[in-house]
Amino acid sequence: MSDSPSAPLTTADGVPLKVSLRRASRRMKLKALLLVSPLLAFLIIAFVMPIFDMLWRSVDNPEVSNALPRTVAALEHWDGASLPDEPVYAALAQDLKTGQEARNLGLVSSRLNYEKSGMRSAMMGTARRLSRIEPPYKAALIDANDAWGELDTWQLIERESSPYTLSYYLAAVDLQYTPAGEIVEVPDYLQIHLALFWRTFWMSGLITLLTLVLGYPIAFLLANLPARRANLLMILVLLPFWTSLLVRTTTWIAILQSQGVLNDMMVALGVVADEARWQMIHNKTGTIIAMTHILLPFMILPLYSVMKTIPPSYMRAARSLGGKPFLSFRRVYFPLTIPGIAAGGILVFILSIGYYITPALVGGQSGRFITNYIAYHMQTSLNWGLAAAIASILLAVVIVFYMVFNRLIGVDKVKLG
Amino acid sequence: MAIPSYATRGERIWHYVFLGLCALIFLFLVGPLLVIIPLSFNAEPYFTFSEAMLSLDPAGYSLRWYQDFFTSSEWLNSIKNSFIVGISSTLLATVLGTVAALGLSSRHMPARGLIMALLISPMIVPLIISAAAMFFFFSKIQLAQTYLGVILAHTALGIPFVVITVTATLSSFDTTLIRAAHSLGANPTRTFFKVVLPLVTPGVVSGALFAFITSFDEVVVVLFIAGPEQRTMPIQMWSGIREQISPTILAVATMLVLLSMLLLATLELLRRRNERLRGMSPS
Repeated sequence: MSDSPSAPLTTADGVPLKVSLRRASRRMKLKALLLVSPLLAFLIIAFVMPIFDMLWRSVDNPEVSNALPRTVAALEHWDGASLPDEPVYAALAQDLKTGQEARNLGLVSSRLNYEKSGMRSAMMGTARRLSRIEPPYKAALIDANDAWGELDTWQLIERESSPYTLSYYLAAVDLQYTPAGEIVEVPDYLQIHLALFWRTFWMSGLITLLTLVLGYPIAFLLANLPARRANLLMILVLLPFWTSLLVRTTTWIAILQSQGVLNDMMVALGVVADEARWQMIHNKTGTIIAMTHILLPFMILPLYSVMKTIPPSYMRAARSLGGKPFLSFRRVYFPLTIPGIAAGGILVFILSIGYYITPALVGGQSGRFITNYIAYHMQTSLNWGLAAAIASILLAVVIVFYMVFNRLIGVDKVKLG
Repeated sequence: MAIPSYATRGERIWHYVFLGLCALIFLFLVGPLLVIIPLSFNAEPYFTFSEAMLSLDPAGYSLRWYQDFFTSSEWLNSIKNSFIVGISSTLLATVLGTVAALGLSSRHMPARGLIMALLISPMIVPLIISAAAMFFFFSKIQLAQTYLGVILAHTALGIPFVVITVTATLSSFDTTLIRAAHSLGANPTRTFFKVVLPLVTPGVVSGALFAFITSFDEVVVVLFIAGPEQRTMPIQMWSGIREQISPTILAVATMLVLLSMLLLATLELLRRRNERLRGMSPS
């Protein structure tokens, strides 16, 4: 060896070993990234961008500034304390005229109607009468519709002329702006969303608890039976897991409805009088029973995989040390299964708060979840901004629980079947 | 789960009570699926057992709901749609997912946790949120109410299943086998097709099955982004349950229960084959 000991190690062609190693590992990194990139690109386009687009929509507020540009500009010099002056009214008349010709007043009038009822008819009605409106515009417009003589209307237009708004989020948690711009609760009879959020959470909690109570013994039995028999019984857990969600919901309709199998059986047995059949569906009971059934396998599978790793000798040791069966279970076995309970519990809870199909089909009025309201605002009330805001709040809750789940268990450790 | 010889009388009683409870819970799990099978042969248009059925009178039973299904153009068309969408999205998800899983299982993968979380997210985000988001976005880029739109949406939903099953298979993959193949003179392509692929196939196939069944059973996203032309079978069932409750739905449900039994058997066979290949005794 002619090299002095202090000279860096090199490869055969004279490149320092460190550099060569770094190059090699960079090549491997690039190769790995290259393999993942098609899927990443696909998911970003087909999934991530739509989600961000939805988040954007929950604060996006283009209607007023698009449809009433002159009014918005004229309102900039307004003090906000008394009715605006003639130039603002003239600008509004101009904007309404342009909007009427371009037929784009529908969007802005519905948008303002979300905030103040009556705005839709005020705008559309005034626009129809525009040909008969002549200067001075202030008096003429107030004459055409009282709304233009109210301070609230102008404060609303000014507030909503900003391209972003928080009003969808406020509406999603039953709050609203006062005309002066303060945030207050909406009147009692209009408060629906918060109650639905709470109902979704407590019913999901109850369903999670029920799946735990029903799933724990089954997981325990499966984990402690000889493998051959456990596998056979496991099929009874996996069969519903693999069966179509709609099929499972349909079977519960067939079983629980008032002319259904369970009621018929109870009447035949004399437990229930024919005219007093149980109402078990299209209400909370229906949602809870059907969803407990549907989500039970999601509790059993993680519990089972944790219990499988607990050596039976632990319980025997506890017994031999004098622990009574219940005490040994409570002090030794149960604490070891807590990771499984956490995994199954969070999984069932996350799935449950996002469920739409089952509550929609068997929930009736009282068994509905917040998801059903997202669908309602998407399809029926067409208030898409509000739907997006509710969905964003639900998404945030799910992400928080998912992060806890990931921290506790790790996504890649989820076993499927 | 044998009773230990030192068990007291109380423990023996508890043991049988426990087994009885478990039997009841199993009944709760499977019972509903078994109830609808005889109901689908009902001669009457009801969701309940008629007198004739209970007295086992052959006149109480009929195949009319199956006949109804197989002669209805709406149902047959929806099945065709389900297969078109299911097969296309499964193929796409399986190819993309498997390639990505190969990259993810490399030791050199940067930001592995973050990327994995992103790839799994379609499974975690509630379907109604995905559906709403895709509806807004796909309408903007002219993909709503098209087959392509539905296929792409279902591909996104199926991807987590492929990624999870294939990475799970790869994580127990013995990488020395690759080096062994190289040392025996095989080039990387040959190694991949002769050594890696046969060992990974069960994971890929079960991932593909998961992706297919996800698409085949998906209602919410289709409900939002599909047009009348892309009505799939779940949509047909959904409107059947909501609008006219006809026992044709029970016939469809029965066939779907049988399908899931078939699927379960396939997965079980795959699992056994996999264990055999790894030299483990099948349990």
